[in-house]
Amino acid sequence: MPRSDPHESRAAWFLCGPTLLLMLLLLVLPTIAVFVLSLTDAELGEPVVHFLGLDAYADLLTDRSFLGAFRHTAIYVLLVAPASVLIGLGLAMLIEAGAGGRAFFRSVYFLPVVSLVVAMASVWQYLMHPSFGPINIALRMLGFAGVNWLGSSDNVLAALAVIGVWQAVGFNMVLFLAGLTAIDRTLYAAAEMDGIRSAWDRFRVVTWPMLGPTTLFVSTISVINAVKVFETVATLTQGGPAKASETLLWVIYQEGFVYLHIGSASAMAVVFIAVLLFLLVIQTRVLDKQVHYG
Amino acid sequence: MIGRSSPLLRGLRLLVLTFGAGVILFPFIFMISTSFKPQAEVFSAGLSLIPTGSAALDNYTKALTRIPMGRILLNGVVVCAAIVLFQIVFALPAAYALAKLRFRGREILFGLVLLGLLVPIHAISIPLYAAARMLNLLNTLAVLIIPFTLSVFAIFLFRQFIRAIPDDLIHAARSDGLSEAAIVWRIILPNAWPAASAFAIFSVVAHWNDLYWPLIAISKTQLATPPLGLLFFRAAEVGDDYGALMAATVVITTPLVLFFLFAQRLFIEGVTMTGLKG
Repeated sequence: MPRSDPHESRAAWFLCGPTLLLMLLLLVLPTIAVFVLSLTDAELGEPVVHFLGLDAYADLLTDRSFLGAFRHTAIYVLLVAPASVLIGLGLAMLIEAGAGGRAFFRSVYFLPVVSLVVAMASVWQYLMHPSFGPINIALRMLGFAGVNWLGSSDNVLAALAVIGVWQAVGFNMVLFLAGLTAIDRTLYAAAEMDGIRSAWDRFRVVTWPMLGPTTLFVSTISVINAVKVFETVATLTQGGPAKASETLLWVIYQEGFVYLHIGSASAMAVVFIAVLLFLLVIQTRVLDKQVHYG
Repeated sequence: MIGRSSPLLRGLRLLVLTFGAGVILFPFIFMISTSFKPQAEVFSAGLSLIPTGSAALDNYTKALTRIPMGRILLNGVVVCAAIVLFQIVFALPAAYALAKLRFRGREILFGLVLLGLLVPIHAISIPLYAAARMLNLLNTLAVLIIPFTLSVFAIFLFRQFIRAIPDDLIHAARSDGLSEAAIVWRIILPNAWPAASAFAIFSVVAHWNDLYWPLIAISKTQLATPPLGLLFFRAAEVGDDYGALMAATVVITTPLVLFFLFAQRLFIEGVTMTGLKG
């Protein structure tokens, strides 16, 4: 058979045509537009536009609120991603380890994933209220001082991270459960015959290596989702107090749609794409080198 | 493993899992309890879960009337349903072509799909907003749907799935005289149903929650989706009326949670299959 016969070719383009058109209009052209806009000082509703070239990016390097947002996002990711991956793994292993209550616990832990983020963020705001929030009331009853969770620039990222972890563990747990179920049971029997008896050794020798691909996968999603934090910031802190919770998407949103500086907002958006690209490259590298497939 | 070990370990497992479940459920419990409480009781700084005075009627009336709650939930349903429908209608034929047909440009097209996986709506929202403004589409339900009619992720997922469908099935359909389009809808769709339903769940959860694009494109309460509607509710609120706010969060959270409780297996499978995309 030839590499491509005319009949198949025609059918293929007929089937792909509408999608290709959408791809051009909704993806390719807007992406090109963002790159072009990022090199200018364009403002919405302002007819005069100057070409800045790479100076636009140099400006970002001295933009303190952008650098702050970059730092806050990094801190948030470092708080949320490892915690939600490790807790997700722990929960999955605990659920998998016994027979009792499997379906029940799986459903409970998954509940935050299907609950509206903006709504649950509002609930957390109440729970974390400095004077009458249940968390501080409980702390005071136990003899601790109350904490100003969302209202202090020192704590706000940690408080948002608590919400982020609470939201994400169930999702990671489900993925780890799928990974655990896929492990060949005979490997555990084989390990036992090799004299591996303790639970920790079983985990170290069989579970952890076999879970490698799943762990990498879950880690990448967790990092990417954390980088995209927006809903909780927009609902609870609006970047405050004193800009302490401004994150990447929040400053892009502010710059583009509140101040209407679409030029500099586009430059930030390009950096945002670059960050995602960087994370995916790391993932592919790790996948090539370190992950054991057993 | 623990199953055949000591009762102590079994008990410990249940203890830890129950404690964790408590942490997860804690916000839900307070959300429901507070939605019944009068304001004075919310401010009284107690930990009691059972309200003494009942303000349920008052709180829920505010939740349903301060914003057009019914309309907002309906907007969410209409927008999510339309998005999923368009995404599948556009993605499935393209995915079939990429998986099973040989044609010039296939690699380029697939390259575009992979490239598209990298670019989230957030990054290209500025040109999309400018275009929507020019076309007078801001503040319409259409603008909430159109940018998402193309899902490169759906194409990617369906392509993987369709590749596993035996070629013989397609050859047989062709010798029966089916056109390629008929093959997509009558042979591929039924066979790719698990992937389609998994994707539908993933898509609904994502778009039901999305705040970024609605916040940009919609400024009228009547056209808000649930997350944006709740922001409008919070903006319309005077002081810390947490009772009414919690009532609103209960109303707005319930539909998807109920859907989940009735179709749990679908959700779990959906996440497992589509997990690779955040």
